[in-house]
Amino acid sequence: MSFIKKPRILHPRTVPNGIGLTIHDYEGAMSTLCAGCGHDSVSAAIIQSFFELDVPPHRVAKLSGIGCSSKTPTYFLRAAHGFNSVHGRMPSIATGANAANRELHYVGISGDGDSLSIGLGQLCHAIRRNVNMLYVIENNGVYGLTKGQFSASADMGSTAKKGEANQLQPIDPVLTAIDIGGSFVARGFSGDKQNLVPLIKAGIMHRGFALLDVISPCVTFNDHEGSTKSYLHTREASHTAVYADFVPEKEEITATLEKGVTSVRLHDGGRVHLRKVDEDYDPTDRGRTTAYIRKHQAKGEIVTGLLYIDDEIPDLHGASDTVDMPLSDLDFETLNPGSKALEEIQEAWS
Amino acid sequence: MGQKSRINDFVIRIATVNGTGSASANSLLMKAIFRMGIPVVGKNYFPSNIQGLPTWYEIRVTAAGYLARSGQTNIMVAMNAQTYGEDLSGVTTGGVLLYDSTWPRKELHQRPDVQVLPIPLSKMCNEAFTGARARILMKNIAYVGALGALLDLDMTVVHQLVGDTFGDKTDLIDSNTKAIELGHSYVRENFDCPLETRLEAIEQTSERIMIDGNTAAALGCVYSGATVGSWYPITPSTSLFDAFSGFCKSFRQDPKTGKKNYCIIQAEDELAAIGAALGAAWNGARAFTSTSGPGLSLMSEFLGLAYFTEIPLVLFDIQRAGPSTGMPTRTQQGDILSAAYASHGDTRHVLLFPADPAECFYLTVEAFDLADRLQTPVIVLSDLDIGMNDWPCPKLTWNDSYEPDYGKVYDLQALENMEVFYRYVDTDGDGICYRTLPGVHPKGAYLIRGSGHNQYGGYTEKEDEYLEVVDRLRRKFDTAANLVPEPVVEVCDQPDGAIISIGSCDGAVRETRDQLKSEGIRLDYMRLRAFPFGETVRKFLDTHDRIFVVEQNRDAQLRSLLITETNTSSEKLIPVLYYGGQPISCEDIVGPIAERIRKEKAA
Repeated sequence: MSFIKKPRILHPRTVPNGIGLTIHDYEGAMSTLCAGCGHDSVSAAIIQSFFELDVPPHRVAKLSGIGCSSKTPTYFLRAAHGFNSVHGRMPSIATGANAANRELHYVGISGDGDSLSIGLGQLCHAIRRNVNMLYVIENNGVYGLTKGQFSASADMGSTAKKGEANQLQPIDPVLTAIDIGGSFVARGFSGDKQNLVPLIKAGIMHRGFALLDVISPCVTFNDHEGSTKSYLHTREASHTAVYADFVPEKEEITATLEKGVTSVRLHDGGRVHLRKVDEDYDPTDRGRTTAYIRKHQAKGEIVTGLLYIDDEIPDLHGASDTVDMPLSDLDFETLNPGSKALEEIQEAWS
Repeated sequence: MGQKSRINDFVIRIATVNGTGSASANSLLMKAIFRMGIPVVGKNYFPSNIQGLPTWYEIRVTAAGYLARSGQTNIMVAMNAQTYGEDLSGVTTGGVLLYDSTWPRKELHQRPDVQVLPIPLSKMCNEAFTGARARILMKNIAYVGALGALLDLDMTVVHQLVGDTFGDKTDLIDSNTKAIELGHSYVRENFDCPLETRLEAIEQTSERIMIDGNTAAALGCVYSGATVGSWYPITPSTSLFDAFSGFCKSFRQDPKTGKKNYCIIQAEDELAAIGAALGAAWNGARAFTSTSGPGLSLMSEFLGLAYFTEIPLVLFDIQRAGPSTGMPTRTQQGDILSAAYASHGDTRHVLLFPADPAECFYLTVEAFDLADRLQTPVIVLSDLDIGMNDWPCPKLTWNDSYEPDYGKVYDLQALENMEVFYRYVDTDGDGICYRTLPGVHPKGAYLIRGSGHNQYGGYTEKEDEYLEVVDRLRRKFDTAANLVPEPVVEVCDQPDGAIISIGSCDGAVRETRDQLKSEGIRLDYMRLRAFPFGETVRKFLDTHDRIFVVEQNRDAQLRSLLITETNTSSEKLIPVLYYGGQPISCEDIVGPIAERIRKEKAA
């Protein structure tokens, strides 16, 4: 609980990363979420990812909207600036923040209510602008803080805690993102950290908008029989189409590719190796990926993995053709045209 | 019936159809008069439409340098058959009406007090030009020539301007020159020229420019060092970003690489527009957005967040006639209260009220400094009249020794030497705390939140911790009252009362004071330039017993704000309101004030 100070005791065998920091330097405050909440596993995976990537925590900016998921930036990377904004509006804040300083890593944490209902418009436009950030949707199919209403990602027929079945079509963030031109689209499961961490790492190093939908069960309102977002159901229905391995830059040379593995270089560093489970799945073919996902969804399966990637689409800065240094670092002398220019420009108006 | 001689003091009103190129003809005419050294002011009355609806352009020629609409029409150019009746009846007694007599309208000449001059503009242009589009465009240029002969316009200046406008496009220069000549010679051959209402070159505009407020504000953003601008298209604020984008292309591109020192985000709606500006400002860039009434309503949520989290932001509200969609191409000052208190809960915002385009430039620079100094949104309340019309203004100047005030920000060095940093601790007692920027130093990190927080930046639902923050925010607003621009105050001996006004009312109020003075009524005047109200405002309110509050909205919003914020007795604040959507004229003010003062004097 939040009133308990998290102990900071270093195990004698705690190993520092490449920049001399330990995993504890990537932690945050104690979580106030329910015990067993999937979101805490996602936070742990984020901590591990940044630690292993050797990213200095203060070079990360964490952003969120409103909801249980949006509370979690408090629980990781305490040395990073965070912005817990308003409901459904985090994508626009992240867009502006990224415009101002292209050098930081941006992590947006959102939920299915925050992203697929109130914030669907902003999410779509952040994808369209290809803002360079990792955008995690901690997807549990319900509104937790307001006590268990269905969200827009709830599947048809999935039941609420009191038995009522959802009657509306779900919005799938993965299909939506691929359809509207997303450059990196993945789905993971909070109960499968081993496969989640490489997706997070690849998403961080991808230059562009990396959408990561994480099925993250709500233990209080949506973990019962009849729910399609429970731990049990997700585990049983998960179907990984492509496994992703993140290979950091320093190990690139030594890595040899097995048969059936494709490798994609990431513009912000490192590579991602894609191990296809199904031979006919191609995570670079937009049209075929959605057909595949829909086909498996019809069978009640939840398709996971790095489902679509195109690292060549220009990000917000690429499309805007901005200077290489952060706009926020430009000095006033560079930005102000001065009195002489002002005189000259006014000739046209006199 | 002849009109008495009106040299350099009259109004030309031109009725056309929008989308027919009349805008270039009108600006050519106005610019030519301006280059003759005669002060002019242009007002554009345009529909919310792209092509085919009536539009009017009004050029006030005013040697006295007045800036408001006069309410008169001395020369009417009736090019639109659809509005001919309305246009004829709108001419001031003794005025002159020109119309395109290709289609004679004898039955509509029912104004013996107006001199009607038929000119076959379409016929002449149809004979001289080929192609439907060229004929329509040239017909409008031709009336500039006709007016040139009637008003004794310096035709050398006109031809110079045509040359300036079209540069090396000689075919366009030739066709425009030909059309101007057609109108000019027809009028010279058929009517007595010039009219008694006419122009005479003087020397009063050499230190002036003609500029609209949105262009000036955009230039102010460039000079303030703003790098991120985020917006959603909406009339009448769109031209601010058009201008910003244009200036950035000239001033903000690396000469070697062509890379941009700025980022303009055309957002998906006004929520995202202000959200992106806020994100950029949080991250250390000078950022802004611009909108109009409907956008301000949508931005309210984020304004509350910015207020509570204390992020600097500059927002331009180019007001238009509300409520709701209202009249998008008509002006008003209807957002005063909603801007002052935008968003739920106890929120209040710093407002700046520019009165003309030049002040849009200077107050923009001040807005960025104030936003950074106070770590809060600053809303620049302009309006359609200032934003989109061309005003004569003194040439803009810039002091190269100016240094921006970025306010209280701990940099890398300061954080390095610090044991611990807390975001909302009021170390200086002025309600303004130190902030840090993301990415600078791990010690500067904190989580900013719109939820309840304590002075250390942590989440709280505790009464005392919450109160500490919101009460300090109130104190910060008191600090703001001492930092915002002072009002402009003009006093006279033994005044009969006073006027308080804001923004684009200024020109009409000044003209009102001159007129009333000639009738023996003297009025002190205070033009507010900012909210919150400081000591000067309070003093002016305390030392006057009869104050006319002139503003352009139905509900006397400025008056309400004054009453609420200063405890001034409502009795002594007399509302004088105009809210029909046209720019206010002194005719809207003189009557109500004179009547009230005479009645009280008689009593």
